[in-house]
Amino acid sequence: MNFTKNKMLYGYVILYFTFLYVPVMFLPLFSFNDGMHMAFPIKGFTLDHYEEMWSASKLHAALWNSIYVGITASLSATFLAFLAAKAFTKYKFRGQIFTYGAILTPFLIPEIILAVSLLVIWINIGLPLGLTPIIIGHTLFCVPFCMIILISRMEGFDKNLEEAARDLGEGVLGTFYRVTLPILLPGLIASFLLGFVLSFDEFLIAMFLAGSDQTLPVYMWGQLRFARRLPHVLALGAVIIVGTTLIVMLAYWLRNLGQPQEKKNLTIDI
Amino acid sequence: MFQVWQKFYASSDNAKAYILLSPALILVILGMAVPVFAMFAMSFTTQAGFEIDYSPTFDRYREFLDTGTRTGTILTTLLSRSITISFLVTFFTILTTYPVAYYVAFYVKKNKILWIILMTIPFWTSYLLRVFAWKLILGNSGVINASLISVGLTDEPLSYLMYSQLSVVITLCHAWSAFALLPLFVSLDKIDHSLIEASRDLGCSKFETFIRVTFPLSLPGVIGAILIIFIPTVGDFVTPALVGGTEGRMLSNMIQAYFGRVNNFSLGAASAVIMLFSVIVVTIIVNFVTKRLTQRL
Repeated sequence: MNFTKNKMLYGYVILYFTFLYVPVMFLPLFSFNDGMHMAFPIKGFTLDHYEEMWSASKLHAALWNSIYVGITASLSATFLAFLAAKAFTKYKFRGQIFTYGAILTPFLIPEIILAVSLLVIWINIGLPLGLTPIIIGHTLFCVPFCMIILISRMEGFDKNLEEAARDLGEGVLGTFYRVTLPILLPGLIASFLLGFVLSFDEFLIAMFLAGSDQTLPVYMWGQLRFARRLPHVLALGAVIIVGTTLIVMLAYWLRNLGQPQEKKNLTIDI
Repeated sequence: MFQVWQKFYASSDNAKAYILLSPALILVILGMAVPVFAMFAMSFTTQAGFEIDYSPTFDRYREFLDTGTRTGTILTTLLSRSITISFLVTFFTILTTYPVAYYVAFYVKKNKILWIILMTIPFWTSYLLRVFAWKLILGNSGVINASLISVGLTDEPLSYLMYSQLSVVITLCHAWSAFALLPLFVSLDKIDHSLIEASRDLGCSKFETFIRVTFPLSLPGVIGAILIIFIPTVGDFVTPALVGGTEGRMLSNMIQAYFGRVNNFSLGAASAVIMLFSVIVVTIIVNFVTKRLTQRL
């Protein structure tokens, strides 16, 4: 069949792109709007909302909480996912499909179930709510993502390289530091960055478990209800959108770095 | 006993693999399995005020399912609405995304990955903000209504666009599109072009070829997309809370209320268990139906 041109389909794809991107673009657009109401017509250009955002002290606290949670959760998730990915790519073992499924479930079941059940056990044990249970919850649902990213990266890994290093007299640790790590580093960093973005944006688990320690999405949720506070949330939203897009692009670039050409077309599990 | 260990170590791949897997598995067990079990246990308790009576009872489930009472009516309605909305979202997301995945898989020759990356980038930006953006579009003074009024097509804003099931479905379709795109693209991209050629050479029209060759071969992607969208959206909270209003409220909003404002953990836990149970049932049905279907084709 001749798959060269199909104007109708192409037109539809353009429409689809518009549908994907336009809603997201409205937030930055309205963040420069000189007016209280989030409605058309747009009144004028202003940077006031950004200034207002800069001076909100609660926002700063929430931002630091989010960064702390994101880094801790994503580092732990990447580490656990790396070990798991190693097991899945290197060995054939009993119960392989079952364990793979088990590790993926936190990503598959409705998030509210995860959040609520963590809340129930946390309260029944009598531990104080705060950032710790949020980190556990975030690590839990970041592991599946990180693992899929790392497996796709490690499947192309040439085991002979490790063996060659061992044959040439490197120890186990030396082989890891001087051969395995440099090869897998881009994938590990990509996994860390995407895990960070996931945790940074996560709202539901954080809302249930935060107690009085708000993360950024929880803070935004609180502000969304007040029309007067909305503009500076939009400014914040615009900054977050630009920031996460840059991080994600960097992560994608790192993921494909140094991949053999024919593999490049396959690394798109997420 | 010793022999068992010896056997285990003889096939030492097993041991090595599970040593590597143990941290992740321990996290899943302690962070998910045990808490879900605790929630399950909680659903058999009774809460009055701040006191929880731990003597086991099925009363919470009766409360949920008894349509004779107000609570029961609300909860069962919200459950069936959650499932209906998720079903619609799954259907429309796959319907709208399939042509795009098809286009990238078959018509795009260079930089396919770049196309896919471009289409998944919006998915990485804050879920909360993406949902909120739809408020700016569908609201009474939002983009659509404002432009309709200024063009003169209508005098007053179309109120059904906002705070309705329609707004929830549209918003969720937008939010979950990336999850449909990836599995669909992967399965379409794998299809051997010579099969399509063969079908054409044997006299099938383009349409017949699609129905009888391309689509059946892409079914694994479709099934993947169904499960990966349906399951999480049943429990979606943010979208109905922001754009759903009372009309578009879903079961998760009620669960959140039970664990917050209403302070009835027992009934909240029972609702969550019922939601989880429905999701599992639907997953089993989808698996069963699609297996039958693929055998037929």
